Amino acid sequence: MSNKKVGCARPIGAVVGEAPTQENQEEENVKESTMSIAKVGAKAPDFEAPAYYRGEFTSVKLSDYFGKWILLCFYPGDFTFV
Amino acid sequence: MSAVAANYDTLQGLGVEVISVSVDSQFVHKVWNDQELAKMVGKDIPFHMASDGPGNVGKIYGVYDEVAGVELRGRFLIDPDGVIQAMEVMTPPVGRQLSETIRQIKAFQHVRATKGAEVCPAGWTPGKKVLKPGPALVGNVWKEWNPNKDH
Repeated sequence: MSNKKVGCARPIGAVVGEAPTQENQEEENVKESTMSIAKVGAKAPDFEAPAYYRGEFTSVKLSDYFGKWILLCFYPGDFTFV
Repeated sequence: MSAVAANYDTLQGLGVEVISVSVDSQFVHKVWNDQELAKMVGKDIPFHMASDGPGNVGKIYGVYDEVAGVELRGRFLIDPDGVIQAMEVMTPPVGRQLSETIRQIKAFQHVRATKGAEVCPAGWTPGKKVLKPGPALVGNVWKEWNPNKDH
């Protein structure tokens, strides 16, 4: 939860445990076959992503909160109406 | 998300941590907080607002709309073991009902506290009748629970 250094490039989030995207098509296929998709009753896929939190640019990792209940909310976008 | 923020104290009281995710950058999250959400809620957003620009996280949660390049309104309730107990996914124009999410949290917490010995029938809220699964209950739910009376 340390304050992340903010560069000019926009940081991106990634699924934890997944190799970075490769150009190699064979590796792509392996990645897809091992990627777990979220479903009820199964372990929530872990991820780490850049985040804004109480005035700081930081990152958040889902598994840091395992041990507590977590409400994970996706939404269509900032400044949308609903 | 302002509704979730407004109910954050209730959620914290239930031991629930919140993470929000959209494709917007964390820089836009800050400006949205400062310019709009903080004014709606009366305080800064108290939880992590995660940024998922390429939709990497949304894709594995099945909420990434490839055509629009945004994430659908997806809500996932994850228990302390990291297991997803509930999910709800909606298209953008209709908002969530937080009271239903809180009801589900209380129900799943009750089931967990009894290690599954007690389960929560339709419309259950704390104090209402629970059911105890077992051989004696098979075919006898009608004696224990009535949708007109107990729902």
